[in-house]
Amino acid sequence: MTENTDAPAAAPLTVPGFRRDHAAHPPLDYPPYRSTALRHPTRPLKLLPHMLTEVTGPVFGHDRIGDLDHDLTRQRSGEPQGQRIIVHGRVLDAGGRPVPHSLVEVWQANAGGRYRHVIDNWPCPLDPNFDGAGRTLTDADGRYRFVTVRPGAYPWRNHDNAWRPAHIHFSLFGTSFTQRLVTQMYFPDDPLFGQDPMWNAIPDEAARQRLVARYDHGATEPQWALAFAWDIVLRGPETTPFEQEADDD
Amino acid sequence: MPRTTPSQTVGPFLHIGLADDPYAADEGAPGGLWIRGTVYDGAGAPMPDAIVETWQADPDGRFDHPADPRGARTSPGFRGFARCATDADGAYSVFTRKPGAVPGPAGPQAPHIDVSLFARGMLRRVVTRLYFPEDAAARAADPVLSAITDDRERDTLLARAADDGYRFDIRVQGPGETVFFDV
Ligand SMILES: [Fe+3]
Repeated sequence: MTENTDAPAAAPLTVPGFRRDHAAHPPLDYPPYRSTALRHPTRPLKLLPHMLTEVTGPVFGHDRIGDLDHDLTRQRSGEPQGQRIIVHGRVLDAGGRPVPHSLVEVWQANAGGRYRHVIDNWPCPLDPNFDGAGRTLTDADGRYRFVTVRPGAYPWRNHDNAWRPAHIHFSLFGTSFTQRLVTQMYFPDDPLFGQDPMWNAIPDEAARQRLVARYDHGATEPQWALAFAWDIVLRGPETTPFEQEADDD
Repeated sequence: MPRTTPSQTVGPFLHIGLADDPYAADEGAPGGLWIRGTVYDGAGAPMPDAIVETWQADPDGRFDHPADPRGARTSPGFRGFARCATDADGAYSVFTRKPGAVPGPAGPQAPHIDVSLFARGMLRRVVTRLYFPEDAAARAADPVLSAITDDRERDTLLARAADDGYRFDIRVQGPGETVFFDV
Protein backbone atom coordinates (compact mmCIF):
# COMPACT_ATOMS: atom_id res chain seq x y z
CA MET A 1 0.00 0.00 0.00
CA THR A 2 1.34 3.43 -0.84
CA GLU A 3 0.70 6.83 0.62
CA ASN A 4 -2.25 8.53 -0.99
CA THR A 5 -0.62 11.32 -2.95
CA ASP A 6 -3.16 11.73 -5.73
CA ALA A 7 -6.00 12.86 -3.46
CA PRO A 8 -6.96 16.51 -3.95
CA ALA A 9 -5.45 18.83 -1.35
CA ALA A 10 -7.87 18.92 1.54
CA ALA A 11 -8.77 22.51 2.33
CA PRO A 12 -9.74 23.25 5.94
CA LEU A 13 -13.39 22.49 6.54
CA THR A 14 -15.59 22.97 9.56
CA VAL A 15 -18.97 21.25 9.66
CA PRO A 16 -21.84 21.59 12.15
CA GLY A 17 -21.61 18.90 14.84
CA PHE A 18 -24.14 17.06 16.97
CA ARG A 19 -25.01 17.77 20.57
CA ARG A 20 -23.49 15.33 23.07
CA ASP A 21 -26.07 13.52 25.18
CA HIS A 22 -24.15 11.48 27.74
CA ALA A 23 -26.66 11.83 30.57
CA ALA A 24 -29.31 9.96 28.61
CA HIS A 25 -27.26 6.77 28.28
CA PRO A 26 -26.27 3.96 30.61
CA PRO A 27 -22.61 3.74 31.64
CA LEU A 28 -20.37 1.10 30.07
CA ASP A 29 -19.31 -0.09 33.53
CA TYR A 30 -22.41 -1.28 35.38
CA PRO A 31 -21.64 -4.13 37.82
CA PRO A 32 -25.25 -5.36 38.24
CA TYR A 33 -25.10 -6.33 34.53
CA ARG A 34 -22.28 -8.78 35.06
CA SER A 35 -21.08 -9.01 31.49
CA THR A 36 -19.97 -5.37 31.56
CA ALA A 37 -17.10 -6.31 33.93
CA LEU A 38 -14.61 -7.33 31.25
CA ARG A 39 -16.21 -5.37 28.45
CA HIS A 40 -15.89 -1.73 29.46
CA PRO A 41 -12.91 0.45 28.63
CA THR A 42 -11.07 1.49 31.78
CA ARG A 43 -9.41 4.58 30.35
CA PRO A 44 -11.40 7.77 29.89
CA LEU A 45 -12.81 8.23 26.41
CA LYS A 46 -10.99 10.85 24.33
CA LEU A 47 -13.00 13.67 22.85
CA LEU A 48 -13.52 13.25 19.10
CA PRO A 49 -14.50 16.57 17.53
CA HIS A 50 -17.22 16.11 14.92
CA MET A 51 -15.65 16.37 11.51
CA LEU A 52 -16.69 15.12 8.09
CA THR A 53 -16.52 11.40 8.85
CA GLU A 54 -18.65 11.84 11.96
CA VAL A 55 -21.38 14.05 10.46
CA THR A 56 -21.89 11.78 7.46
CA GLY A 57 -23.11 8.19 7.47
CA PRO A 58 -24.39 5.39 5.28
CA VAL A 59 -27.45 6.10 3.15
CA PHE A 60 -29.62 3.03 2.63
CA GLY A 61 -32.03 2.76 -0.25
CA HIS A 62 -35.27 0.88 -0.84
CA ASP A 63 -33.37 -1.62 -2.97
CA ARG A 64 -32.11 -3.23 0.21
CA ILE A 65 -35.55 -3.62 1.83
CA GLY A 66 -37.90 -6.46 0.88
CA ASP A 67 -41.67 -5.90 0.61
CA LEU A 68 -42.44 -7.95 3.72
CA ASP A 69 -39.42 -6.98 5.77
CA HIS A 70 -41.58 -4.73 7.97
CA ASP A 71 -44.16 -7.47 8.66
CA LEU A 72 -42.77 -10.17 10.93
CA THR A 73 -46.08 -12.06 10.78
CA ARG A 74 -45.87 -12.72 7.02
CA GLN A 75 -42.33 -13.92 6.51
CA ARG A 76 -43.15 -17.65 6.68
CA SER A 77 -45.87 -19.84 5.21
CA GLY A 78 -48.21 -19.47 8.18
CA GLU A 79 -48.96 -16.92 10.88
CA PRO A 80 -46.93 -16.95 14.08
CA GLN A 81 -48.48 -17.68 17.48
CA GLY A 82 -49.20 -14.81 19.83
CA GLN A 83 -50.84 -11.43 20.09
CA ARG A 84 -50.51 -9.59 16.77
CA ILE A 85 -49.37 -6.00 17.28
CA ILE A 86 -48.53 -2.91 15.28
CA VAL A 87 -45.48 -0.95 16.45
CA HIS A 88 -45.17 2.45 14.88
CA GLY A 89 -43.82 5.90 15.54
CA ARG A 90 -41.44 8.55 14.35
CA VAL A 91 -37.70 8.89 14.33
CA LEU A 92 -36.80 12.45 15.34
CA ASP A 93 -33.66 14.27 16.30
CA ALA A 94 -33.25 16.14 19.55
CA GLY A 95 -33.81 19.36 17.62
CA GLY A 96 -37.36 18.12 16.94
CA ARG A 97 -36.81 17.44 13.25
CA PRO A 98 -37.98 14.18 11.67
CA VAL A 99 -35.25 11.84 10.43
CA PRO A 100 -36.48 10.76 6.98
CA HIS A 101 -35.40 7.83 4.80
CA SER A 102 -33.29 6.19 7.49
CA LEU A 103 -32.87 2.51 8.19
CA VAL A 104 -34.65 0.96 11.21
CA GLU A 105 -33.91 -2.67 12.06
CA VAL A 106 -35.68 -4.74 14.73
CA TRP A 107 -35.25 -8.16 16.26
CA GLN A 108 -37.11 -9.93 19.02
CA ALA A 109 -38.12 -13.14 20.77
CA ASN A 110 -41.30 -14.98 19.80
CA ALA A 111 -44.51 -14.83 21.82
CA GLY A 112 -43.10 -17.34 24.31
CA GLY A 113 -39.86 -15.44 24.79
CA ARG A 114 -37.58 -17.59 22.61
CA TYR A 115 -35.20 -16.27 19.96
CA ARG A 116 -34.49 -18.12 16.76
CA HIS A 117 -30.79 -18.25 17.57
CA VAL A 118 -28.41 -21.18 18.11
CA ILE A 119 -27.44 -20.11 21.61
CA ASP A 120 -31.02 -19.60 22.86
CA ASN A 121 -32.05 -23.00 24.22
CA TRP A 122 -34.23 -22.43 27.25
CA PRO A 123 -37.26 -24.76 27.32
CA CYS A 124 -39.75 -22.67 25.41
CA PRO A 125 -40.76 -23.75 21.91
CA LEU A 126 -39.59 -22.10 18.73
CA ASP A 127 -42.36 -20.97 16.42
CA PRO A 128 -41.91 -22.33 12.89
CA ASN A 129 -43.69 -19.24 11.58
CA PHE A 130 -41.61 -16.62 13.34
CA ASP A 131 -38.06 -15.52 12.56
CA GLY A 132 -38.17 -12.35 14.65
CA ALA A 133 -36.30 -9.88 12.43
CA GLY A 134 -37.54 -6.88 10.45
CA ARG A 135 -36.28 -3.77 8.72
CA THR A 136 -37.77 -0.70 7.15
CA LEU A 137 -36.95 2.84 6.09
CA THR A 138 -38.57 5.86 7.69
CA ASP A 139 -40.73 7.87 5.30
CA ALA A 140 -40.32 11.56 4.45
CA ASP A 141 -41.82 12.50 7.86
CA GLY A 142 -39.60 10.09 9.79
CA ARG A 143 -42.41 7.55 10.30
CA TYR A 144 -41.86 3.81 10.61
CA ARG A 145 -44.31 0.92 11.09
CA PHE A 146 -43.85 -2.76 11.88
CA VAL A 147 -46.37 -5.58 12.26
CA THR A 148 -45.26 -8.33 14.60
CA VAL A 149 -46.33 -10.33 17.65
CA ARG A 150 -45.89 -9.22 21.21
CA PRO A 151 -42.66 -10.83 22.45
CA GLY A 152 -42.58 -12.84 25.67
CA ALA A 153 -40.32 -12.23 28.65
CA TYR A 154 -37.36 -14.61 28.86
CA PRO A 155 -35.00 -15.84 31.54
CA TRP A 156 -31.24 -15.25 31.63
CA ARG A 157 -28.48 -16.05 34.05
CA ASN A 158 -27.32 -12.62 35.19
CA HIS A 159 -28.74 -12.89 38.71
CA ASP A 160 -31.03 -15.14 40.72
CA ASN A 161 -34.34 -15.68 38.90
CA ALA A 162 -33.45 -13.09 36.27
CA TRP A 163 -36.02 -12.33 33.55
CA ARG A 164 -35.82 -9.74 30.82
CA PRO A 165 -38.91 -7.56 30.50
CA ALA A 166 -40.58 -8.08 27.10
CA HIS A 167 -38.75 -5.93 24.55
CA ILE A 168 -38.00 -5.38 20.89
CA HIS A 169 -34.42 -4.56 19.90
CA PHE A 170 -34.15 -1.51 17.63
CA SER A 171 -31.18 -0.41 15.52
CA LEU A 172 -31.14 3.10 14.03
CA PHE A 173 -28.71 4.79 11.71
CA GLY A 174 -30.16 8.29 11.51
CA THR A 175 -28.28 10.32 8.95
CA SER A 176 -24.83 10.50 10.54
CA PHE A 177 -22.25 8.34 12.24
CA THR A 178 -22.80 10.28 15.47
CA GLN A 179 -26.52 9.45 15.50
CA ARG A 180 -26.10 5.66 15.37
CA LEU A 181 -28.17 4.08 18.14
CA VAL A 182 -29.06 0.57 19.22
CA THR A 183 -31.70 0.35 21.90
CA GLN A 184 -34.72 -1.64 23.13
CA MET A 185 -38.41 -0.80 23.20
CA TYR A 186 -40.42 -1.96 26.23
CA PHE A 187 -44.15 -2.33 26.90
CA PRO A 188 -46.17 -0.30 29.43
CA ASP A 189 -46.44 -1.41 33.06
CA ASP A 190 -44.08 -4.36 32.86
CA PRO A 191 -43.65 -5.85 36.36
CA LEU A 192 -40.12 -6.98 35.45
CA PHE A 193 -38.52 -3.55 35.12
CA GLY A 194 -37.43 -3.32 38.76
CA GLN A 195 -35.11 -6.35 38.65
CA ASP A 196 -33.70 -5.67 35.17
CA PRO A 197 -30.15 -4.29 35.17
CA MET A 198 -30.41 -3.01 31.61
CA TRP A 199 -33.37 -0.89 32.59
CA ASN A 200 -31.80 0.19 35.89
CA ALA A 201 -28.49 1.07 34.23
CA ILE A 202 -30.12 4.13 32.71
CA PRO A 203 -29.36 6.72 35.38
CA ASP A 204 -32.43 8.91 34.98
CA GLU A 205 -35.97 7.61 35.54
CA ALA A 206 -37.40 10.01 32.96
CA ALA A 207 -34.91 8.68 30.42
CA ARG A 208 -35.94 5.07 31.20
CA GLN A 209 -39.56 5.96 30.52
CA ARG A 210 -38.53 7.09 27.04
CA LEU A 211 -37.96 3.40 26.20
CA VAL A 212 -41.59 2.48 26.94
CA ALA A 213 -44.08 2.41 24.09
CA ARG A 214 -47.59 3.77 24.61
CA TYR A 215 -50.71 1.76 23.90
CA ASP A 216 -52.28 3.53 20.92
CA HIS A 217 -56.02 2.92 20.70
CA GLY A 218 -56.35 5.20 17.69
CA ALA A 219 -53.98 3.07 15.65
CA THR A 220 -55.35 -0.22 16.98
CA GLU A 221 -57.18 -2.00 14.17
CA PRO A 222 -60.59 -3.55 14.97
CA GLN A 223 -60.68 -7.35 14.81
CA TRP A 224 -57.01 -7.41 13.88
CA ALA A 225 -54.20 -5.93 16.03
CA LEU A 226 -53.33 -3.81 19.06
CA ALA A 227 -51.09 -0.85 18.33
CA PHE A 228 -48.19 0.59 20.29
CA ALA A 229 -46.64 3.97 19.49
CA TRP A 230 -43.00 4.70 20.17
CA ASP A 231 -41.00 7.70 19.01
CA ILE A 232 -37.24 7.42 18.91
CA VAL A 233 -35.09 10.50 19.40
CA LEU A 234 -31.56 10.59 17.99
CA ARG A 235 -28.98 13.24 18.72
CA GLY A 236 -29.72 16.69 17.40
CA PRO A 237 -27.63 19.47 15.92
CA GLU A 238 -25.25 21.31 18.19
CA THR A 239 -26.72 24.66 17.33
CA THR A 240 -30.47 25.05 17.43
CA PRO A 241 -32.72 28.08 17.85
CA PHE A 242 -33.41 26.71 21.34
CA GLU A 243 -29.80 26.83 22.45
CA GLN A 244 -30.61 28.90 25.53
CA GLU A 245 -33.07 26.29 26.80
CA ALA A 246 -31.80 24.40 29.85
CA ASP A 247 -30.56 21.00 28.79
CA ASP A 248 -29.56 18.30 31.21
CA ASP A 249 -28.82 15.74 28.54
CA MET B 1 -37.47 19.75 22.45
CA PRO B 2 -37.55 15.93 22.64
CA ARG B 3 -34.85 14.20 24.64
CA THR B 4 -32.54 11.53 23.30
CA THR B 5 -33.63 7.90 23.55
CA PRO B 6 -31.20 5.97 25.77
CA SER B 7 -28.96 3.26 24.36
CA GLN B 8 -29.35 -0.42 25.30
CA THR B 9 -27.11 -3.40 24.62
CA VAL B 10 -27.42 -5.43 21.40
CA GLY B 11 -27.57 -8.48 23.68
CA PRO B 12 -26.47 -12.00 22.76
CA PHE B 13 -28.88 -12.43 19.84
CA LEU B 14 -27.66 -9.49 17.75
CA HIS B 15 -27.11 -11.69 14.69
CA ILE B 16 -30.85 -12.04 14.16
CA GLY B 17 -31.38 -8.35 13.48
CA LEU B 18 -27.98 -7.00 12.44
CA ALA B 19 -27.17 -8.97 9.32
CA ASP B 20 -23.58 -9.01 8.15
CA ASP B 21 -22.82 -6.58 5.35
CA PRO B 22 -19.05 -6.93 5.11
CA TYR B 23 -18.52 -5.31 1.69
CA ALA B 24 -17.98 -1.54 1.86
CA ALA B 25 -16.70 -1.90 -1.69
CA ASP B 26 -17.73 -4.36 -4.39
CA GLU B 27 -15.73 -7.54 -4.52
CA GLY B 28 -13.00 -7.04 -7.13
CA ALA B 29 -13.02 -3.22 -6.74
CA PRO B 30 -9.68 -1.66 -7.73
CA GLY B 31 -7.46 -1.38 -4.68
CA GLY B 32 -9.86 -3.56 -2.70
CA LEU B 33 -8.45 -4.81 0.59
CA TRP B 34 -9.51 -6.75 3.64
CA ILE B 35 -9.38 -5.40 7.15
CA ARG B 36 -9.34 -8.29 9.56
CA GLY B 37 -9.04 -8.36 13.31
CA THR B 38 -10.03 -9.93 16.59
CA VAL B 39 -11.98 -8.32 19.40
CA TYR B 40 -10.70 -9.11 22.92
CA ASP B 41 -12.22 -8.55 26.35
CA GLY B 42 -10.43 -7.51 29.55
CA ALA B 43 -9.27 -11.07 30.26
CA GLY B 44 -7.72 -11.30 26.79
CA ALA B 45 -10.47 -13.66 25.64
CA PRO B 46 -11.88 -13.24 22.13
CA MET B 47 -15.42 -11.85 22.08
CA PRO B 48 -17.63 -14.09 19.90
CA ASP B 49 -20.75 -11.93 20.31
CA ALA B 50 -19.68 -8.51 19.11
CA ILE B 51 -20.30 -6.63 15.89
CA VAL B 52 -17.95 -4.22 14.16
CA GLU B 53 -19.20 -1.44 11.87
CA THR B 54 -16.96 0.72 9.71
CA TRP B 55 -17.63 4.08 8.04
CA GLN B 56 -15.19 5.95 5.84
CA ALA B 57 -14.55 8.29 2.93
CA ASP B 58 -13.92 7.03 -0.59
CA PRO B 59 -10.39 6.88 -2.03
CA ASP B 60 -10.59 10.61 -2.86
CA GLY B 61 -11.67 11.55 0.67
CA ARG B 62 -15.28 12.23 -0.39
CA PHE B 63 -18.59 11.10 1.06
CA ASP B 64 -21.77 10.19 -0.77
CA HIS B 65 -23.76 12.22 1.73
CA PRO B 66 -25.59 15.58 1.76
CA ALA B 67 -23.60 16.79 4.80
CA ASP B 68 -20.40 16.85 2.77
CA PRO B 69 -20.18 20.58 1.91
CA ARG B 70 -18.20 19.76 -1.23
CA GLY B 71 -21.32 17.96 -2.49
CA ALA B 72 -22.39 14.34 -2.18
CA ARG B 73 -20.48 12.27 -4.68
CA THR B 74 -21.21 8.70 -5.57
CA SER B 75 -18.28 6.40 -6.03
CA PRO B 76 -19.48 3.43 -8.13
CA GLY B 77 -19.25 0.11 -6.35
CA PHE B 78 -18.37 1.81 -3.08
CA ARG B 79 -20.65 2.32 -0.09
CA GLY B 80 -18.20 3.27 2.67
CA PHE B 81 -20.13 1.24 5.25
CA ALA B 82 -19.57 -2.34 6.31
CA ARG B 83 -20.44 -4.47 9.27
CA CYS B 84 -19.40 -7.87 10.44
CA ALA B 85 -20.28 -9.83 13.53
CA THR B 86 -17.35 -11.57 15.20
CA ASP B 87 -17.15 -15.35 14.79
CA ALA B 88 -16.54 -18.02 17.45
CA ASP B 89 -12.89 -16.89 17.60
CA GLY B 90 -13.76 -13.21 18.01
CA ALA B 91 -12.66 -12.44 14.45
CA TYR B 92 -14.24 -10.02 11.99
CA SER B 93 -13.38 -8.97 8.44
CA VAL B 94 -14.56 -6.20 6.14
CA PHE B 95 -13.71 -5.56 2.51
CA THR B 96 -13.13 -1.97 1.43
CA ARG B 97 -10.86 0.48 -0.37
CA LYS B 98 -8.41 2.76 1.34
CA PRO B 99 -9.96 6.15 2.16
CA GLY B 100 -8.29 9.34 0.99
CA ALA B 101 -7.32 12.22 3.23
CA VAL B 102 -10.38 14.01 4.63
CA PRO B 103 -10.41 17.75 5.31
CA GLY B 104 -10.57 18.85 8.93
CA PRO B 105 -11.04 22.28 10.52
CA ALA B 106 -7.31 23.07 10.49
CA GLY B 107 -6.06 21.08 7.50
CA PRO B 108 -6.27 17.51 6.29
CA GLN B 109 -6.92 14.51 8.49
CA ALA B 110 -4.89 11.40 7.75
CA PRO B 111 -6.81 8.61 5.98
CA HIS B 112 -8.92 6.92 8.63
CA ILE B 113 -11.92 4.68 9.20
CA ASP B 114 -14.42 5.29 12.00
CA VAL B 115 -15.19 2.02 13.80
CA SER B 116 -18.18 1.25 16.03
CA LEU B 117 -18.20 -1.78 18.28
CA PHE B 118 -21.37 -3.23 19.80
CA ALA B 119 -21.54 -6.36 21.96
CA ARG B 120 -23.39 -8.29 24.58
CA GLY B 121 -22.22 -6.76 27.84
CA MET B 122 -21.90 -3.27 26.35
CA LEU B 123 -24.77 -0.97 27.21
CA ARG B 124 -23.77 1.37 24.42
CA ARG B 125 -21.42 1.26 21.48
CA VAL B 126 -17.81 2.28 21.70
CA VAL B 127 -16.08 4.13 18.88
CA THR B 128 -12.51 4.03 17.72
CA ARG B 129 -10.57 5.05 14.61
CA LEU B 130 -8.33 3.01 12.36
CA TYR B 131 -5.29 4.66 10.75
CA PHE B 132 -2.86 3.23 8.21
CA PRO B 133 0.78 2.35 8.91
CA GLU B 134 2.24 3.83 5.70
CA ASP B 135 0.86 7.34 6.30
CA ALA B 136 3.46 8.45 8.87
CA ALA B 137 3.63 12.09 7.73
CA ALA B 138 -0.14 12.50 7.45
CA ARG B 139 -0.65 10.85 10.83
CA ALA B 140 1.81 13.21 12.48
CA ALA B 141 -0.34 16.13 11.29
CA ASP B 142 -3.68 14.49 12.08
CA PRO B 143 -5.73 16.51 14.62
CA VAL B 144 -7.17 13.45 16.39
CA LEU B 145 -3.93 11.51 16.63
CA SER B 146 -1.86 14.49 17.68
CA ALA B 147 -4.20 15.06 20.62
CA ILE B 148 -3.13 11.65 21.97
CA THR B 149 0.24 12.20 23.64
CA ASP B 150 0.99 8.64 24.79
CA ASP B 151 2.74 6.68 22.00
CA ARG B 152 1.39 3.32 23.12
CA GLU B 153 -2.17 4.64 23.22
CA ARG B 154 -1.80 6.19 19.79
CA ASP B 155 -0.42 2.93 18.40
CA THR B 156 -3.65 1.13 19.31
CA LEU B 157 -5.28 3.06 16.44
CA LEU B 158 -2.76 1.84 13.90
CA ALA B 159 -3.64 -1.03 11.58
CA ARG B 160 -0.82 -3.39 10.59
CA ALA B 161 -0.09 -4.38 6.99
CA ALA B 162 -1.21 -7.91 6.12
CA ASP B 163 -1.07 -10.08 2.98
CA ASP B 164 -4.46 -9.05 1.66
CA GLY B 165 -4.89 -5.71 3.42
CA TYR B 166 -4.57 -4.79 7.06
CA ARG B 167 -4.99 -6.22 10.51
CA PHE B 168 -6.76 -4.22 13.25
CA ASP B 169 -7.38 -5.87 16.60
CA ILE B 170 -9.58 -4.22 19.21
CA ARG B 171 -8.86 -4.64 22.92
CA VAL B 172 -11.85 -3.44 24.88
CA GLN B 173 -10.08 -3.45 28.25
CA GLY B 174 -6.75 -4.18 29.89
CA PRO B 175 -3.17 -4.26 28.58
CA GLY B 176 -3.01 -2.61 25.16
CA GLU B 177 -6.54 -1.26 25.63
CA THR B 178 -7.66 0.40 22.41
CA VAL B 179 -8.25 4.13 22.57
CA PHE B 180 -11.98 4.80 22.41
CA PHE B 181 -13.57 8.14 21.64
CA ASP B 182 -16.33 10.20 23.10
CA VAL B 183 -18.05 10.89 19.83
FE1 LIG C 1 -33.41 -9.45 23.89
